[in-house]
Amino acid sequence: MQYFFYLFAAISIISALLVVSVRSPINSVIALIVCFLSIAGHYILLNAQFLAMVHIIVYTGAIMVLFLFVIMLLNLNSATEPLKKLSTRVAAVLAGGLFFLTLLAAIRHGVNVAPANAPDASIGLVDKVGMSLFSEFLLPFEVSSVLFLSAMVGGLMLARKDAPSTLPKPYIGPGDVGAAAPPTMEKSRNPTK
Amino acid sequence: MVKTDLLALLVPAFPLLGAVVIASMRRSLKGNMAGMLATLMVALSFACSVLLFLGHEVVGALHAAGMHQESPPEGATHIVKLFDWIQVGDMSIPFAFQIDALSLTMMLIVTGVGALIHLYSIGYMHDDKRVSTFFAMLNLFTFAMLLLVMGANYLITFIGWEGVGLCSYLLIGFWYTTPEYNYAARKAFVMNRIGDVGVVLALCLLFSLFGTLNYTEIFDKADSFGSGHGLIVAATMLLFVGAMGKSAQIPLLTWLPDAMAGPTPVSALIHAATMVTAGIFLIVRSSVLFELAPFTKDFILIIGTATALLAASIGLFQNDIKKVLAYSTVSQLGYMFAALGLGAYSAGMFHVTTHAFFKALLFLAAGSVIHALGGEQDIRKMGGLKGVTKITYVTFLIGTIAIAGIPPFSGFFSKDSILASAFDRSPVIYALLLFGAVLTAFYMFRLLFLTFFGTYRGKAHPHESPLVMTIPLMVLAVLSVVGGFLNLPHLFGGHEGMKHYLATAAHGIGNEVMHLSATTEWILMGLSTSLVLLTIWFAYVRFVKKTTLDGDPADMPVFKRLIANKWKLDELYATLFEKPFGVLSSWFLSFGEEKVMVPLMNGVGNVTLRAGKVMRRLQTGNASFYLFAMVAGIIAFLALTLYGV
Amino acid sequence: MTMDAINSAIRVVPLEHYVVLSFLLFSIGIAGVLFRRNTIIILMCLELMFNSVNLLLAAFSAHHSDPGGQVFVFFIMLVAAAEVTVGLAILVMMKRNVDSVDVNQLNQLKW
Repeated sequence: MQYFFYLFAAISIISALLVVSVRSPINSVIALIVCFLSIAGHYILLNAQFLAMVHIIVYTGAIMVLFLFVIMLLNLNSATEPLKKLSTRVAAVLAGGLFFLTLLAAIRHGVNVAPANAPDASIGLVDKVGMSLFSEFLLPFEVSSVLFLSAMVGGLMLARKDAPSTLPKPYIGPGDVGAAAPPTMEKSRNPTK
Repeated sequence: MVKTDLLALLVPAFPLLGAVVIASMRRSLKGNMAGMLATLMVALSFACSVLLFLGHEVVGALHAAGMHQESPPEGATHIVKLFDWIQVGDMSIPFAFQIDALSLTMMLIVTGVGALIHLYSIGYMHDDKRVSTFFAMLNLFTFAMLLLVMGANYLITFIGWEGVGLCSYLLIGFWYTTPEYNYAARKAFVMNRIGDVGVVLALCLLFSLFGTLNYTEIFDKADSFGSGHGLIVAATMLLFVGAMGKSAQIPLLTWLPDAMAGPTPVSALIHAATMVTAGIFLIVRSSVLFELAPFTKDFILIIGTATALLAASIGLFQNDIKKVLAYSTVSQLGYMFAALGLGAYSAGMFHVTTHAFFKALLFLAAGSVIHALGGEQDIRKMGGLKGVTKITYVTFLIGTIAIAGIPPFSGFFSKDSILASAFDRSPVIYALLLFGAVLTAFYMFRLLFLTFFGTYRGKAHPHESPLVMTIPLMVLAVLSVVGGFLNLPHLFGGHEGMKHYLATAAHGIGNEVMHLSATTEWILMGLSTSLVLLTIWFAYVRFVKKTTLDGDPADMPVFKRLIANKWKLDELYATLFEKPFGVLSSWFLSFGEEKVMVPLMNGVGNVTLRAGKVMRRLQTGNASFYLFAMVAGIIAFLALTLYGV
Repeated sequence: MTMDAINSAIRVVPLEHYVVLSFLLFSIGIAGVLFRRNTIIILMCLELMFNSVNLLLAAFSAHHSDPGGQVFVFFIMLVAAAEVTVGLAILVMMKRNVDSVDVNQLNQLKW
């Protein structure tokens, strides 16, 4: 059983690293999808069946597709985006590593507490999740519909094309941390200006 | 004793009221109104003092017992407590007045002579623009002086002590538009202040020794200390330092001649009759303590004698009428301190009283002369005034005879009792003081002759002063003549009334016993009188027959030049104190101020500015930098939480 | 398999492994946010972080047999979906305004 765990863990980590490091955004998306699938495998190892299915449907099926839509829409694939300064990248890796170490230090005394409840692997089954969802967590479930409503409205409001803005154009100048050059290469062929 | 309490409260209240009213209404008071109000206030104070005096039990008891009182009668000391002033832990200092023989004597002098001088000032200052302010300050001075003499503990006295110092400063620099007068005022204040340090230290020492500052309690407890106890000697020495400053003894004497920059009534009141006697008052008040410190008494004796001689010598060659009188005052104060140093407290107080009479008289008469000549003060430009200003001449003559010590005028009795006590102690001191008396007679009669005799050497039009100025002169002249009978010694059939009276208050007077035989006393008196008369004849020859005027000091032989230049005391002090102080000040300015303080101040501001500039760099506006900062913050926070802060 | 067999199968992998894995994914996500300039990639790294948290929650829920953990994961997914919607809308607006998805173009956050 643990070999499956190590397999899925390795896939997760490698694909996560690929997400961060490949240049083309499309390739990043593909790597992220692979990562999600491996996480779904983890869920199955934990007997969280419902979660695994919902994970695949929602994340890989909806969210990633949305990402792909936007990338295609904005024609980002053609951009060879510049990298941040070397020092910044080193600092970023260091920050991440430091964070990891700090978190590890937090669990140095181990997380082995006695299980809170009697071992019961059936909680991951759909009917059990459903029971819990519709009895104990009914209110958040219903309120989340309001959440979606606001998200939809917000998305629509933000993304529609307004009349040409009378606000002054924001300052486009050299960025601060890690800026290499002004984004002249970002000039897109998009006529919507 | 409600009546006593009320009267005791009224005595200082009247001048205070006068000062406050005149000061607040000084612009709207016209003509002589301020002067009349001020004089009225002090006169009312005098009336209350007289009532208190007559009602004082000691007077009645002495009268009844025929002036032979051995122990203080009941009610000799009456304390009027106004309110509990300082009540901190063990320290309890009430705001109270003490009505006893000593304070009554001083109250009568202050209010009596003060009222006369106020009256005189109405005439003298009537055409000055700031006359109302003048009278307000004079009343304030009277109030402070009354606090000084009426206080029931050292702290109230000290309040009055400081108050008179302040009023002295204000009044010396009254004509503030002339810079020299301001320097003189400042000099007076600073020297007073140096003395005040001594008084404050003495107060602290006395409080630590006795746990209280009330006179009655301290003097009752003082007997438990043996004679010559170190701390008592220290306290008395410090009190004397204060007296040195206030009463212009060596080394703090140079302010008094310079204080003549003030108007003449000020010189008469403050620097002749009242403020300068505050030092003597303090010591007589504390006579119990001084009796326990023989070392201090010897020190006072030496200083007093030296001052008497020094000032008398300087007075020989001065040409300003007021300066001569100023040095004469310093010299007479030296006599009073010599008396105190000999333990003759009542003789010192007697001389204070008579000196108040004739010195105030002399100053007021000098003011009358100055007023008559339209402001001239140099005696080389005077002369022949006795035909013109008759009343001034007669009163001045009386004052001069009194100060020279010719019987039966008051000065003779008071000075003679000091000389007798001196001879009782040591013939050397007697000889020195006698020499001083001779010098006194000489320079005073020089002043008289050069001012009033001969022909007029000036250019003004002399005229007699108005009545408002001459009436006080006449009153004081009468007092100068008869004042001696206050304390007539047994030799002349008197009862030494003042001595017995004061002994009920200043218990140190009990030790004041003179061991001279009657014959010795007669010989001493004869000796001093004949020497004085001889000196007068000599002065007459020199100044009336020949009219010898002193020329430029540069033309004089060396020793005479030194004395004419006031023994170069001012220059000595300048070199010893002012110059090093000035060097220190400029060093502080150049180094301490410019190189330390200013950069420090600017540095604080600069640090703030630079810190702000550095902080500003954090707000870049860049989103990715903010993300970075967020992550860094989270890591730091986690680390801190993990490893415990 | 029987429930007991599943139970023991779950507990073969100790909990610390899941914790470490989750932390690692989270750190990679943070490094990615700081590493890349493209805003879309940053949003994707955000999703990575969400997923690491989901994994952790699910692991604890399975080991302690508490259904609340899994339900919470469900809700996190909901919120993540909503957030992606709005985030991408903002991205589109950004592209429209400054004509670039470079995150360094957002440098006016100080006035």
